[in-house]
Amino acid sequence: MKYLLLILFLALSWQPAANAELTIEITEGVEGALPIAVVPFRWQGKTQTTPREDVSAIIQADLHRSGRFKTLPRNDMLAKPASGDEVEFKDWRVLGVENLVVGQVQPNGSKGFIIRFQLFDVFRGEQLTGYSIPTTAGNLRTTAHRIADLIYEQLIGVPGAFATRVAYITSKTEGGNTQVDLRIADADGYSPETIVSSDVPLMSPAWSPDGRKIAYASSEKGSWGIYIQEVYTGRRQKVTAFKGINSAPAWSPDGRKLAMTLSKDGNPDIFVFDMTTRKLRPITRHYAIDTEPSWSPDGRHLVFTSDRGGKPQIYRVPSFGGKAERVTFQNAYNARASYSPDGKLLTLVTREDGRYRIAVLDLASGVMQVLSRGDLDESPSFAPNGSMIIYATKAGRRSVLAAVSVDGRVRQKLALQEGDVREPVWSPLQKN
Amino acid sequence: MFTILTRWVPMTLCLLIFAGCSSSPTKEGEQEGAEVTEQSTGASGTYEGTEGAGATTSAASEAGSWSGDPLDDPYSLLATRILYFDFDQSSIGMDNREIIRAHAEYLASNPHVSVRLEGHADERGTREYNLGLGESRANAVRSLLMAEGVADNQIIVISYGEERPASMMNNEESWALNRRVELVY
Repeated sequence: MKYLLLILFLALSWQPAANAELTIEITEGVEGALPIAVVPFRWQGKTQTTPREDVSAIIQADLHRSGRFKTLPRNDMLAKPASGDEVEFKDWRVLGVENLVVGQVQPNGSKGFIIRFQLFDVFRGEQLTGYSIPTTAGNLRTTAHRIADLIYEQLIGVPGAFATRVAYITSKTEGGNTQVDLRIADADGYSPETIVSSDVPLMSPAWSPDGRKIAYASSEKGSWGIYIQEVYTGRRQKVTAFKGINSAPAWSPDGRKLAMTLSKDGNPDIFVFDMTTRKLRPITRHYAIDTEPSWSPDGRHLVFTSDRGGKPQIYRVPSFGGKAERVTFQNAYNARASYSPDGKLLTLVTREDGRYRIAVLDLASGVMQVLSRGDLDESPSFAPNGSMIIYATKAGRRSVLAAVSVDGRVRQKLALQEGDVREPVWSPLQKN
Repeated sequence: MFTILTRWVPMTLCLLIFAGCSSSPTKEGEQEGAEVTEQSTGASGTYEGTEGAGATTSAASEAGSWSGDPLDDPYSLLATRILYFDFDQSSIGMDNREIIRAHAEYLASNPHVSVRLEGHADERGTREYNLGLGESRANAVRSLLMAEGVADNQIIVISYGEERPASMMNNEESWALNRRVELVY
């Protein structure tokens, strides 16, 4: 038995059970998804102190939602082992299960828990990984997502993105008043929190690379400004308040600079604001609309949207300024590009036959692939592991979110219980 | 063992902070807190204008109580305060020019009056590009007003892009209503 025991400081905290605000539904999964069984984790304590979250159900839902796994329903399980020595591999082989997750939840102190789990290769009868993780009642969901990340990474070969969050804008109109909120939820739609609530337009949220701040544009008091807000304290500062547009903030990969769109000189241009020196450097100077800057992962380039050629297209420019070169040539409208985490792809909005859709452009080959199927799709954002793209789409008159895998094979729909939801942005991976 | 440990410690710290954050039940207090602690870290060069720069909208309602104001005449061209635009265009059609000229005459002869030009776009295309497009439309109106003798300081331009649609449906008719510049006195 090779448990890796983790000794951690325990914090005892309590929080109400999380609710889902966004409901996520898989509309298409991968053919030949990996069959896996996640056996309910056995509770090792007294019944009256049962944890309020079903950890193994959260893990199973994460794996299922990724579209990469076919999860075995609990009712089909012939046995419910809780540790390696209870596993009869032949029970699982007959069900066609290739990988098996078993585990236990133990009380730890008055409000803490220890979760142990093991992942097995059923055909070889071997343990692939195993962890023992202390956690608290309030962190059970996040710990379950962490475990799903570990399983995903072990079996798929890239880090999972389950223990991440998504920021998005919601709006609700009642009696002529529109309320616009900036919210954050777990990547599975649970635990939504409102971090800004406004009765004026608010747009373009952007996570800092450490996931602790969000920059956004807000039109409070009748003029646009870029704000940076600390996610976990609510404290914020106004970064720019120039005349005209102050919008489209984008953090440099090192978190020290903010690229943005300002129209202070008469029309929208790209600028880079250095938050250490507090100097503003103009990157483009053109009478056209230049907007929607986004950094390459190495920080050396910015891509942006410009209609300098007549219609919006994507251009690339060195991040310290210089000559802009056009990147997109297919279709008459291409906008809001951003890089994949490995820097090889751009995701963008393209117009095809009058429909606005999400596409990926392979920068090496120049091949563009349209991934979405709506008429008014917008705001694509890569998952931090590069596996999925989340975007906004319409379902009837409502704005909802959807996600599609980069190969177009897995599709999810994320609907808000009421009101509209738009401009989703996936948080960075938590730094390990 | 050691590497695993170093992987998990920062995460746990995050979780602790996270837990602390989400255990405070209401957002309202936090909102207010956010407002109160909002701070301008103004370094010279990064600031221009103040937050109140856009708030000059009271002239019409004050003057409006007086019946003789041409802004209140429903038969005047000044009664038209919304100008519509073609798809993806910020050029001004002939029918709108006459209306703009009437507003220009009024503003030029009432230099203490100011107008706010709010530019809008329909929902097609990306939000930030549409914010730029809304501003182009408002600036096109501004240029014409100034060519007719209106002073720069009488005009405030703000774009709302596609963020404040006049009509919520997604069809051609609705989009046509949303591609507009509103003149707000």
